[in-house]
Amino acid sequence: MNKYLLELHHISVSFEGFLALDDLNLSLRSGELRAVIGPNGAGKTTFLDVITGKVNPTIGDVVFKGRSIVGKHEHHIARLGIGRKFQSPRVFENLTVFENLALAVSSNKKPIPLLIGEVKRKDKDEIHHLMSIVNLQSKENISAGSLSHGQKQWLEIAMLVGQNPDMLLVDEPVAGLTDEETDMTADLLKSLAGEHTILVIDHDMEFIRRLNSQVSVLHQGSVLCEGTMEEIQRDSQVIEVYLGRPEEGQP
Amino acid sequence: MKNLPKSSRWFLLLIWITIIAAIIAAPALLPVFRLNLLGRYLSLAIVALGVDLIWGYAGLLSLGQGIFFTLGGYCAAMYLQLNSSSDLPNGIPEFFALYGVKELPFFWEPFKSPIFTLIAIWLIPALVAGTLGFLVFRNRIKGVYFSILTQAALLVFFNFFNGQQKLINGTNGLKTDVTQLFGQMVGSDSMQRWFFWLTAIIVVIAWFFARWVVRDRFGNVLIGIRDDEPRVRFTGYNPTLFKTIVFGIAGGLAGISGALYTVQSGIVSPQFMTVPFSIEMVIWVAVGGRGTLLGAILGAVAINYAKSLVSEALPASWMFIQGGLFILVVTALPEGVLGWLQSDRPRNLLTRLGVSRPVSTYPSLEAESKQEVKK
Amino acid sequence: MQLILESLFNGVAIGSVLLIAALGLAIVFGLMGVINLAHGELMMLGAYSTYVTQLIFKLPALKPFYNAYVIVAIAVAFVVSGIVGILLERSIIRRLYGDPLETLLATWGVSLILQQFVRSVPLAYGTGLVVALLIGMLLPIGLPKKLYEKFSGRIIRLACWAISALLGVLTSNSLSTAISKLGRASARNVDVTAPSWMRGGFDLWNITFPITRLVIIVITLIAVLGVTWFLKKSVWGIRIRAVTQNRSMSDCLGISTETVDVLTFGIGSGLAGVAGVAVSLLGSVGPNVGGSYIVGCFMVVVLGGVGNLLGTIIASFAIGIMTDLIGAGRLLTIWPDMPTPLASAVDFFATTSMARVMVFALIVIFLQFRPAGLFPQKGRMVEV
Repeated sequence: MNKYLLELHHISVSFEGFLALDDLNLSLRSGELRAVIGPNGAGKTTFLDVITGKVNPTIGDVVFKGRSIVGKHEHHIARLGIGRKFQSPRVFENLTVFENLALAVSSNKKPIPLLIGEVKRKDKDEIHHLMSIVNLQSKENISAGSLSHGQKQWLEIAMLVGQNPDMLLVDEPVAGLTDEETDMTADLLKSLAGEHTILVIDHDMEFIRRLNSQVSVLHQGSVLCEGTMEEIQRDSQVIEVYLGRPEEGQP
Repeated sequence: MKNLPKSSRWFLLLIWITIIAAIIAAPALLPVFRLNLLGRYLSLAIVALGVDLIWGYAGLLSLGQGIFFTLGGYCAAMYLQLNSSSDLPNGIPEFFALYGVKELPFFWEPFKSPIFTLIAIWLIPALVAGTLGFLVFRNRIKGVYFSILTQAALLVFFNFFNGQQKLINGTNGLKTDVTQLFGQMVGSDSMQRWFFWLTAIIVVIAWFFARWVVRDRFGNVLIGIRDDEPRVRFTGYNPTLFKTIVFGIAGGLAGISGALYTVQSGIVSPQFMTVPFSIEMVIWVAVGGRGTLLGAILGAVAINYAKSLVSEALPASWMFIQGGLFILVVTALPEGVLGWLQSDRPRNLLTRLGVSRPVSTYPSLEAESKQEVKK
Repeated sequence: MQLILESLFNGVAIGSVLLIAALGLAIVFGLMGVINLAHGELMMLGAYSTYVTQLIFKLPALKPFYNAYVIVAIAVAFVVSGIVGILLERSIIRRLYGDPLETLLATWGVSLILQQFVRSVPLAYGTGLVVALLIGMLLPIGLPKKLYEKFSGRIIRLACWAISALLGVLTSNSLSTAISKLGRASARNVDVTAPSWMRGGFDLWNITFPITRLVIIVITLIAVLGVTWFLKKSVWGIRIRAVTQNRSMSDCLGISTETVDVLTFGIGSGLAGVAGVAVSLLGSVGPNVGGSYIVGCFMVVVLGGVGNLLGTIIASFAIGIMTDLIGAGRLLTIWPDMPTPLASAVDFFATTSMARVMVFALIVIFLQFRPAGLFPQKGRMVEV
């Protein structure tokens, strides 16, 4: 088995001449929890778009479980085991919490079995288990649109886990959450690591610190440096990117 | 539908009882002419169910359902024509002689078989819809682009059918009222009565079928596609297949609808594929309430009945009324009549008028507390 | 050579009608994301405007200028369709921005009403109504500022509408007495007769170019150039494009987005009116005249891609030339020794209606390779 679950080789993406990603290289070990930070416009979202197949890289290769996934459709990549959580919570607002989770958990995603079959006993148990993890049991038959912002975030994370992917891509999971919810999210993600490989993108440094993981810094479409939070914070390049030149920017 | 509050369920039951009572009473109460009209409108309810499936659930606004409707009609008419032309010269339908055609075109042959016809009525439209849909959906063409393309397809089919005199009698269409079925004239009163019953039964079956399609995860995926298609993809579903299948189903329903309409109106012609008729189908669903299925049935029957009544009294005014209806339902009543009745707004209205008791808590809290009690 | 030139001209002639008809639709769709199903009916209004203008120019007082009526008609049609379009935007479409499917249905409703309107209301009254609307909209802008200091805005507005209503009634009455044809409602088609200089043809290289066709090509050319200049160079054109790209940002910069919406829609509708003039020169004018062109316009928009004038232009001519090639069976004349099965297939499609079938099939095939049309939009804005 390959040492890395996901590898990005020399990825470049250009939008009409604008380089959103520029020779980006990144590898993730199986079971790793990795945080990716970067200033606005560093290409964080494009980076996720490339992995999930929404955007095809202009140059470069994405290898997942030892196989290239460039050019595959989004749903295909999702079935291979890459799940994505969006920046603002995207749940199906006109479906109930249960129905949202049932779509994520469903092991067969082809239309005909879905048309003919019922939700299996096993899947139902799984859905109830997920609801208890994210504290939404009492909302089972409430439409997801009427949940609070935090509850939607949690429902989406539950849906992501319910898809049972090998690799979770989590885009700004704590945006707009309270401190308490943020801490709970960090603990949840940490507990999921190991069994799953997780890549978290966020601005919130406190949250990243709490994840206690390797951090990659993205800047102008490529990886600036990698290391632990402490190492990153000492890195002169990172300080320059975030705060400007030391003599001007440091307090 | 399954998440409705209790009062709405009672309300729906009431509507159903009314509908079934009306259907049972109609043959006794209405003169054959009116009964025949009602039967036609009931058959239109079936195509409306299909429109509701694709538009109300999957968010696909097709302006070309007339294609599949007409295909179903032609399938039925071709069988009936063949069934009653054995005594004619060459044993082929009469109109062929007008164009000097002596031999039956090859694609007519299978329609000599009643079983093939019964299958073809829904299968051919479903396959045509599925193929057209697949070609469009796989390229992620959606929204107004899809609507425009369906409308163009409609016009293309119209042109095609309109121009083929030697194959299917072109613009004149195929008559069915003077054809024979089970030794009786299709246009006779007793046959028309039977067709009314048949249509009524098939409407109910079609409704159950449509309910079954959307009852579970398949329907939920459709709703997901309507609301947030990329999210559906990232969850691992392939929207193209789901859309293709539901568009095919709607096409099949349209075919059945067209066949039933044809035998009751006595003719099928390319006129069924004109642009206004297909857009009207959408407005039946919009007025009845999209995404409610029952609303599609009620909308189709009610609007068409109103149309015939208004057109008899004031022929010129129907276009104004219909145009106004389009504008009104889109701007003021987007959830349709049934959707409006099921929402809490009528209750608010009643409360304001002092008729009804105000709701004490938020409905969501109410549901939550019920959950807790259950435990 | 002569054959190729002739079919090229025919294709360009068909294409230029398509282009002028689709231009307004494409602008409104490209800039506002609105598909206006009443576009064909706005064309119809333009065609009827031409008819009314022509009849007015037949009156003794204007008879000497009869030959110039087409030029006046273009302006009249632009204004009439533009006004109706603005009214449509103000009253209905602005409630539905961001919901293109709903707009589609609502504008279809409008198209039904417009069709029935010309059937059941005498043209003289329709003209009066348009006159009243025009004056009612323009009068408050044109009044001197002093008046606003003296009276409250509401009174002025009321007075303006009263005056315009009066003028409208006067117009309709005088029109219906002067020209009896306009005083009766009729669902029958009417004919616009081209002025004498537009009849006949123009011979060059043994080919006769009908002058009507040439005039339409010129009208189209001027319209396209005008629109391009307006959008690229004029202040309001730049504002329109700014709003298309970032609405809220433009709002913050002090651009009145509402005015931009009205202007864009007004221009798109006005162009439909101009297309109506062209259409009225080609055949008889009836309440359904718009419907026969609208689907062709849609094909142009689909093939050309969104928000790109060049795409619209190329698509129109491509469809025009293809329709002519297939519909007139020209492939057979160009290549007479075609193998029989192919020749019979060409023959099968050699009617106008079957040519449409073929062109549609070709477009669907084309979309399999380029789903977003000839000139797709690129970049991260696409999904948004």
